[in-house]
Amino acid sequence: MEDLNALMQGFGHVLGWQNIGLMLIGILLGIVVGVLPGLGGPNGVAILLPLTFSMNPTSAIIMLSCIYWGALFGGAITSILFNIPGEAWSVATTFDGYPLAQQGRAGEALTSAFTGSCIGALVGVIIITFLAPLVAKFALRFGPPEFFAVYFLTFCSFIGMGKEPKAKILIAMCIGFLLAAVGMDTVSGQLRMTFGSTQLLRGFDFLVAVIGLFGVSEILLTMEEGLAFKGKKAAIDLKVVFKTWAMLPRYWVTLLRSSIIGCWLGITPGGATAASFMGYGMAKKLSRNPDGFGKGAIEGVLAPETAAHAAGTSALLPMLALGIPGSATAAVLLGGLMIWGLQPGPMLFIEQKDFVWSLIASMYLGNIAGLLVVLSTVPLFAAILRIPFSIIAPAIMVVCAIGAFTVHNAQFDIWLMVAFGVIGYIFKKLQYPLAPMVLALVLGDRAEDAFRQTMVGSKGALSVFFSNGLVGTIMVLALITLLWPLVSAVMNGLRHRATLRSSTQTS
Amino acid sequence: MNSPESSGEEKAQSPALFTVRTAEIVVALALAIGALIVSWSNYQLGAGWNSYGPDAGYFPFRLSVVVFLASCVVLVNAIRHNDRSPFVQRDQARLVAVILIPLIFYVFGIAYLGIYVASAIFIAAFMRFLGKFPWWKSAVVGICVMLAFFYIFEIQFKVPLPKGPLENWLGY
Repeated sequence: MEDLNALMQGFGHVLGWQNIGLMLIGILLGIVVGVLPGLGGPNGVAILLPLTFSMNPTSAIIMLSCIYWGALFGGAITSILFNIPGEAWSVATTFDGYPLAQQGRAGEALTSAFTGSCIGALVGVIIITFLAPLVAKFALRFGPPEFFAVYFLTFCSFIGMGKEPKAKILIAMCIGFLLAAVGMDTVSGQLRMTFGSTQLLRGFDFLVAVIGLFGVSEILLTMEEGLAFKGKKAAIDLKVVFKTWAMLPRYWVTLLRSSIIGCWLGITPGGATAASFMGYGMAKKLSRNPDGFGKGAIEGVLAPETAAHAAGTSALLPMLALGIPGSATAAVLLGGLMIWGLQPGPMLFIEQKDFVWSLIASMYLGNIAGLLVVLSTVPLFAAILRIPFSIIAPAIMVVCAIGAFTVHNAQFDIWLMVAFGVIGYIFKKLQYPLAPMVLALVLGDRAEDAFRQTMVGSKGALSVFFSNGLVGTIMVLALITLLWPLVSAVMNGLRHRATLRSSTQTS
Repeated sequence: MNSPESSGEEKAQSPALFTVRTAEIVVALALAIGALIVSWSNYQLGAGWNSYGPDAGYFPFRLSVVVFLASCVVLVNAIRHNDRSPFVQRDQARLVAVILIPLIFYVFGIAYLGIYVASAIFIAAFMRFLGKFPWWKSAVVGICVMLAFFYIFEIQFKVPLPKGPLENWLGY
């Protein structure tokens, strides 16, 4: 009840004309970012973060989180109209979205994608509203060992659940940690891995890395494909919108299922991309006519969009309650919190009540406003993609360069951005995952501090991580997720052998 | 800009510059060497234990050892898998170079011309040479885009970006 009151107060804070204005700007920018190749959630937020340094944190987070919602909405436009996923999480939307557009039902597809997104997001926010305060309250008991254990769990689940080769996930993650460690050591004040360079004294800023890894590399990849956009026309009028809305209740099972999948994968660091594929797969498997999928089934658009948006939203739960982001974009937002001078973690719910509840309130409003904005402006954004790539590509590069420069007012950072761009390009082509690297880069210092504080407290005994029920459980969970692929492989092998043996016995 | 049909045709004919296998091996070796350098640097700093707890190099040293071991695994896998599919084809490499090389000149240019002038030239040149736009259209778009940026960053948000002789001459 107390939380609901706080939420109402949050709505009160958000409903000022200034914050509503920022919200709309954020959503519009977000849709642009989501539509354009090479700009996405993480780097869109990273580029605009420096502009918010002087704002008050509440207004800043409202604007930045709305960029995130906008980007989630925007990804669907390109995948349905152009068959080009604007974001990784909208790949699954192309399977049925583009066929629908080819049949001239683009309006229907877009409306159901956006509405599904909005429903998924609202389910995510409701879960945050009720679960996040509880998680935060629980986490107040955490000391350094518990925090390290939770970080450890996060990273283990990335390794255990990642689709890429495990060695590559491990490399990407450790590189992130190492980059975070460059510069002045926070505990001893010694210089680490600067190799005598004064430029490296500042260390690597994750914002610069994100802009290079996600922005520049994406342009290089798009360029390589020699892309020319050829899109379908889209017109959404109110009749289509209402017709589609009237149809939606029929798909409530799909919506609910995708929302749950999304929330689960968002809170555990599975991410929106995994959620959208899983949502699509489950909908296809459990549908009454699975043959319609891939040829333009409305369910095939609803399922991945709902799941992706639910995951994207609920990825903010661990960020708010524990200070551990569930996705790359959430990691950038977390970095923003630190820059604005807020200490992420469970204390946030006590010390910065206004901030937290305003953010949660803005999630409700932002997603509903986002739905209305995106429905009314689709033709406008589809037109953006008709601008020739030879204008868009250099303009995006300029925006990236400005973004990288403004982080520290350092020209060296622009060079770093280019270097990260090339690294990102090579890594993407060789299936090294980028999200764990960014996450490690953001969390590196905090994870290391937690580890060292623990070690100082325990005088170097690793047994401290199993010293009480709480930390022991988290560590065991972490080890299970880490070793899960191994365990399931062994079990499959055993089962396989057992069936072989039984079949040889019977024959 | 290539139309999809023609680029598709070229892709089929274009020879591979080098294979995935080569790329995997080169990257894994580079990572392994990098990891060795970093671990040596941290070892110098002290990767052990002092009276206050772990040394500054304790955490990074162990991480770099992990990177070294993992890149050895990647290396072995790459050699065993022997994936001969192309990493980049010659045409693709040319397209990537077309954007990467001007980008490097552009970043050089920022240091001397300031970001606004360099960006306007970058956009205009891109349109002229890649998009085959007439030069006056390219110039107009380049200048207008940068005027808009100048308004947003310099006047609205008062974020100082690197400026060159032109802005000095205009008194900014």
